[in-house]
Amino acid sequence: MTAVSGEPEGPAQAELRVPGRGAGLRDVARHRFLLKLLVDKEIKVRYRGSVLGLLWSYVKPGVQFIVFYIALGIFLGLEQSDRNPDGLPNYAIYLFSGIVLINFFSEALGNASRSIVGNSGLIKKIYLPRELFPVSAIWVSGVHFLPQIVILVVACLFTGWSPSVLQLIVAVVGFLIAALIATGLGLIFGAINVYYRDAENLVDMLLMVATWASPVLYSWEMVRRQLGDTALSIYMLNPLTVSVETFHYAFWLPTTDQQFELPPGFLPVWLPVALAVALFTVILGQYLFRRLEGRFAQEL
Amino acid sequence: MALAIEIAGIQKRFALRHTRSLKETVLWLLKGRKGDLSKTFPALNDVSLTVEEGETVALLGFNGSGKSTLLKHISGVMLPDTGTVRTRGRVAGLIEVGAGFHPDLSGRDNVFLNGAILGMSEKDIHRQFDSIVDFAEIGEFIDTEVRFYSSGMYLRLAFSVAVHTDPNVFLIDEILAVGDEPFQRKCISKIKELAEAGKTLVVVSHDLDLIAQICRRGIVLEKGRVVHDAPVAEAIAHIRRQ
Repeated sequence: MTAVSGEPEGPAQAELRVPGRGAGLRDVARHRFLLKLLVDKEIKVRYRGSVLGLLWSYVKPGVQFIVFYIALGIFLGLEQSDRNPDGLPNYAIYLFSGIVLINFFSEALGNASRSIVGNSGLIKKIYLPRELFPVSAIWVSGVHFLPQIVILVVACLFTGWSPSVLQLIVAVVGFLIAALIATGLGLIFGAINVYYRDAENLVDMLLMVATWASPVLYSWEMVRRQLGDTALSIYMLNPLTVSVETFHYAFWLPTTDQQFELPPGFLPVWLPVALAVALFTVILGQYLFRRLEGRFAQEL
Repeated sequence: MALAIEIAGIQKRFALRHTRSLKETVLWLLKGRKGDLSKTFPALNDVSLTVEEGETVALLGFNGSGKSTLLKHISGVMLPDTGTVRTRGRVAGLIEVGAGFHPDLSGRDNVFLNGAILGMSEKDIHRQFDSIVDFAEIGEFIDTEVRFYSSGMYLRLAFSVAVHTDPNVFLIDEILAVGDEPFQRKCISKIKELAEAGKTLVVVSHDLDLIAQICRRGIVLEKGRVVHDAPVAEAIAHIRRQ
């Protein structure tokens, strides 16, 4: 082998390298073009042959929103009105800003968890950085999230929305937290799903819990009222709670008289904590993914 | 000459029976890991070999001898249990043509997607695009969805993308030639052209006559072991004797 290293080599003929050992998520950055093509493919293929096509991206959350709004806002009295002064003002905006975020998260994590098994044909035959598949699933969800955020902003503008720069920045951070958590968990469950298809069902259950364990449908104050401050602290440890709350802070709060309070210590404590948890999830996901990916080709 | 592929003492075991459910695994763990969760057999057993740059190597052997598994180790799709595999430069496979094709995308989209999957850059694909379409003889159908292609057109396009990827090491599994007679001849002359251009080729095929035309060296595998490594004519003779 020593004779080899001394020879002049062109740029394409680097060292002898071990194939199939990538640099993980860093490889994804190096394969941006392929990532873009994979995302394009997913978006083109998704609604192929359906009459409504991309409109489904609007119809589904729209219907979901109406159902929740009527059931929770009106029947269960979460909407503030003359007869119900204890409710939340502009509950529709409150609800929708949480739903768009949790929908993004659900779609991202659900698709990322299925992405490895779903691309088994490719993974068994050609070596690619396998992280590309979960990451492209997250990216696709991000693209589907965009029209929903446009609707949210339009609705906000109709109700007198005037956010501060800080509020907008916080919302971006909140979105980032959700995306990172989905990436980290998507890597973990995507890899486990290769070995145990139970992972898909576990994720579905987890997503159901996620919708209810974060203040999408109700407000965080109800948690404190019912369970006290300690429980609230535990509740706030859930990064999705923080993520949803950033959207309330940026989209819903500026449409009200700004009387509603954020959870205590939200910006100085819980936001950085959630971001740290999210980053840790990605690192853990990457670690577990790389431990498990060595046997993907033979297990699929 | 520099080494293109270096395989040192690799071993690979496959499970015969997979335990797919979490329940069975948990029970197995609770019972103190008694017994094997799954039986294994060696797919590759102490395989060592080196391939120089520009060599044309045929992997020969009967079904289940480990040829394709070895190829998957060279491409990095599989990792060995023990031992090491190292390769130089870009390795690309003509392994099951069209693995990266999506039926709902147009031929054009698929050329880009599959080219990128096989390691081509955006610039490479743009530069080679016309040549890919010409070679595949797809013509005006390039913007049609691939699902409407005849199987021949589909394979021609996939093959054409693969031979235009221009890697340093080419891995070819059972698809030396696709399509009708004239196109098959074109495929084979293209592969010979690659060999003459100094590309390293590793070929798996049961078509011994074809292999004799393309490869110089033959490696015979039997039950995951290398049993014969010689000029291709000798290796083929070895296989035919059995």
